[in-house]
Amino acid sequence: MTGDQTYRRADGGAIDRSRPLSFQFDGRRYRGYQGDTLAAALLANGVRLVGRSFKYHRPRGILSAGPEEPNALVELRGGARREPNSRATVAELFDGLEARSQNRFPSLSFDVLALNGLLAPLFAAGFYYKTFMWPAAFWEKLYEPLIRRAAGLGRASGLPDPDRYEKATAFCDLLVIGAGPAGLAAALVAGRSGLRVILAEQDFALGGRLLSDRRWIDGRPAIDWVAGVVDELGTMTDVRVLTRTSVIGAYDSGTYAAVERVADHLAEPPPFQPRQRLWRIVARRSVLAAGAIERPLVFGDNDRPGVMLAGAVRGYLNRFAVRPGARAVVFANNDEGARTVADLAAAGVAVAALVDPRPEAAAETRRIVEAAGARLLRGAQVVRARGGTRLTAVELAGVAPGSGIDPVIPCDLLAMSGGWNPTVQLTSHHGGKPVWDATIAGFVPGTVPPGMVVVGAAAGHFILADDLAQGAQAGAAAAQALGVTAAPVPGFSADPETAAILPLWRVPGARGKSFIDFQNDVAVSDVALAEREGFRAVEHLKRYTTLGMATDQGKTANVNGLAVMAELTARSISETGTTTARPPFTPTALGALAGHHRGPDFRPTRLTPGHDWAAEQGARFIEAGAWMRAQAFPQAGDADLQATIDREVLAVRQAVGLCDVTTLGKIDLQGPDVAEFLDRIYINGWKTLAVGRVRYGVMLREDGFVQDDGTTARLGPDHYLMTTTTANAGSVFRHLEFCHQVLWPDLDLRFISVTEQWAQYALAGPRARDVLAGIVDPGFDLDNAAFPHLAATETRVCDGVPARLFRISFSGELAYEIAVPARYGDALARRLMRQGADHGITPYGLEALNILRLEKGHVAGAELNGQTTARDLGFERMMSTRKDYIGRVMARRPALLAPDRPCLVGLRPVAATATLSGGAHLIARGAVANAAADQGHVTSVGASATLGHWIGLGLLANGRARWGEIVRAVDPLRGQDTEVEIVSPLFYDPEGKRLHA
Amino acid sequence: MRIPCPHCGDRSHDEFSYGGAADRRRPTTADFGPEWLDYVYLRDNPAGLHRELWYHGSGCRCWLIVERNTLSHAITAVHAVLPASSPAMEDA
Repeated sequence: MTGDQTYRRADGGAIDRSRPLSFQFDGRRYRGYQGDTLAAALLANGVRLVGRSFKYHRPRGILSAGPEEPNALVELRGGARREPNSRATVAELFDGLEARSQNRFPSLSFDVLALNGLLAPLFAAGFYYKTFMWPAAFWEKLYEPLIRRAAGLGRASGLPDPDRYEKATAFCDLLVIGAGPAGLAAALVAGRSGLRVILAEQDFALGGRLLSDRRWIDGRPAIDWVAGVVDELGTMTDVRVLTRTSVIGAYDSGTYAAVERVADHLAEPPPFQPRQRLWRIVARRSVLAAGAIERPLVFGDNDRPGVMLAGAVRGYLNRFAVRPGARAVVFANNDEGARTVADLAAAGVAVAALVDPRPEAAAETRRIVEAAGARLLRGAQVVRARGGTRLTAVELAGVAPGSGIDPVIPCDLLAMSGGWNPTVQLTSHHGGKPVWDATIAGFVPGTVPPGMVVVGAAAGHFILADDLAQGAQAGAAAAQALGVTAAPVPGFSADPETAAILPLWRVPGARGKSFIDFQNDVAVSDVALAEREGFRAVEHLKRYTTLGMATDQGKTANVNGLAVMAELTARSISETGTTTARPPFTPTALGALAGHHRGPDFRPTRLTPGHDWAAEQGARFIEAGAWMRAQAFPQAGDADLQATIDREVLAVRQAVGLCDVTTLGKIDLQGPDVAEFLDRIYINGWKTLAVGRVRYGVMLREDGFVQDDGTTARLGPDHYLMTTTTANAGSVFRHLEFCHQVLWPDLDLRFISVTEQWAQYALAGPRARDVLAGIVDPGFDLDNAAFPHLAATETRVCDGVPARLFRISFSGELAYEIAVPARYGDALARRLMRQGADHGITPYGLEALNILRLEKGHVAGAELNGQTTARDLGFERMMSTRKDYIGRVMARRPALLAPDRPCLVGLRPVAATATLSGGAHLIARGAVANAAADQGHVTSVGASATLGHWIGLGLLANGRARWGEIVRAVDPLRGQDTEVEIVSPLFYDPEGKRLHA
Repeated sequence: MRIPCPHCGDRSHDEFSYGGAADRRRPTTADFGPEWLDYVYLRDNPAGLHRELWYHGSGCRCWLIVERNTLSHAITAVHAVLPASSPAMEDA
């Protein structure tokens, strides 16, 4: 019977029966309640088979009730929101939820690839490395695709994620990780002490195990105590409770990462809400109260659906009011067995037996088992689970002969407990190594991150009253450590319990495959094989068998696996060691890590003050460094982008063009030692630069390669303005700070970036002066003699707007750059356009700018690529020999002076109509085009409207001595092989007459 | 990692950029040789205490000397590179 919540208890639990929910699994419709997880709702409907295993396609059910789940991995939702490998045990049910099982074909109950199970010997540990060795070519084409189809998990949607994610930072005095009894007590006392507390809980409800076990605190049901604490925390304004929030990493300086699942419990996020939020929490102190994860027992076919962790069984019974079976056997090597029997009986589940491998049993255990009408089988063990897609019976060993007890017990539920592993993962993120505690048969925290205290089950303490006390004391201790008077630590009482355990790592005489790692289908036989083949170190064991890999990272498997290895190698578990846990603690969506940094929002968009003006002019924009710049300004009559570029270039050459150059880095330097400083920064000299003049400079890195270039103007005796390239503005500024503060603190100067304070436009072309004359003060003399090439001044334009005027040219034409305070940038562009209308003023973009500079042989980003020296680029004569400067010594390394170093040349296709492509390699005529014949490459190309053919710049071995030679530009990627003539990089107006016009 | 900037207080490392070992001295010789190669390319990689430069680009724009334990990332001392005698500190 399925589909009707047959296994739901009539009352009890933390579900809301007044809010029924409808959901689908593998296309079939079911009902559940608000407060269910998908796993709980499936169990309530009698669904036991939920997935197929990774390698063998064995039928799998639900093992756990928490984030450690290795089996019940499903695809949630559909379309672009489909998320594979989601753990049904933590997926909150919502109305309309659609889930599908994974890794089965054609259907979950009949999976033809279960044949893999028959091929099990082939799929043993290390099969990748052994089976598919030959022939090598078969690996990529045949073996790997086959294996990927046969062995695997869910399918990604393949579509862009429609949801939003965000990042947030929070600061607190105390971060409490986990809201079980210890965590709640810690948060309560810390909150009462006045600390700023963040309490992070991965579940949607607070209480931890108290939600799942029938416990008593201070004489009342534990869930009532939880409700009281939650209420009190809610009244504390400095306590922030983050539910559905998993702390996934512990980092330096008390920094923690946490993922808050803001809307995963809804069909889709509400408007303006993210799906998930990645928190960076900076905590002065932290309390790790993350509890413990129960271990499976390792016996034959222990993966049959219906074999579950005992603590999970109690959770389904008590919290979700679900009976995971009708007839149960409990198999436990510790005192939790009796508690499980009691809870099953109380829920009306028939309990056949408590199988306890320990020889003795406490009187209380005997009483509970008897009251449940069950048998207590001491010294016995389950050696095999029977059944296919669901458990039908268990086979026992160690049943006294002649006792009259049948060693095969029919049942549809086996609740097992092999003990508890403290959740110590976060303590390892800082390099701490967990240590073995034989008393609890588990690893407990060793060295913990600074400021962290571990309490409760996470520290290996399993007695409730102690956990509460530890948590409360940790809260008080945090207050004291931070210099705050701690609130009193309350005393707690709880119902009595014991926590004795006798380790049982694998059941001897088990029949069938004894699984250790359910998710990766790693069985005892695989660990034994690894041991035989010498992979005995835990890290080798992990890689060879895949034990502890994939989405659950071995949360239920690791300790059993290394304990079996320890037995096989006759070492202690301490000697065997444990693998290192690393962030994230639970599977984390890449979207959460990216946050809003994706697509166009990958980084902030910087717009110049003239952006709107450019947009109105029809500009197409392109990313340039950290900015958006106009690429070109297409007009209705332009046939294509090239036509636009040609029109813009010719306008500059023949009339006048206007270009926004705001994005160039601008650094204002002031002080008596600026000239000395510039002398040490640039390769050329600056002491001779007069007030009112500009000079081009090249700066190197200390290793002798070119770092950046640009102009620096002297605006006053102690006042200079440097420009950098757009892309390097930030790094050059940092470099200057380094040189000033670290190398030469004795120099008396100050500087600051003013890139964003000034809007700047280039006005270029033969009519530039005519346009500019209309906006400068009437008395300002723009005449060539009064304001010649490389003049600079501070002045006013447009009736009183402060401005800086430079006569500099990137295009080779008569040109000016005008800078005004950023708030005037938009207005200045509009005014210049009006002013230049009669002169044919044309706005031009980066593409035209690039052609113009190519025609003049000016270097830009493709040539300033970090691998070129000043000499390579033709600046050798600028390199002063009369002063020290950054990079001077290293630039004279013999290898950097070698004549065959690639250096800057101009390139012109031999055929007038041929095109060039950037990145093409320069190869001698007649040579085979391979790496050995490579003599350099093409850096920048463009179609020159001015010259009527394509031109390019390149770096060619010994290039300056080869003008007139013809080589080939070979571009195998684009299938081009073009003959080019090596020419001077100065294609246009080599005498520079237009510049000085 | 968080760096206690002497001017701005305790700040996340992503406000800073790393500048390598603090105690390198730019050679005074103008001759290319081992001294320069060492300065430009060779770095110690100590396990333990390390004096290193960090630039607080998203804060006070000061280059700082940070004493950090490379094994634990524990930071034991931070101070600005610029000496109080620097002319640039007159306004401070």
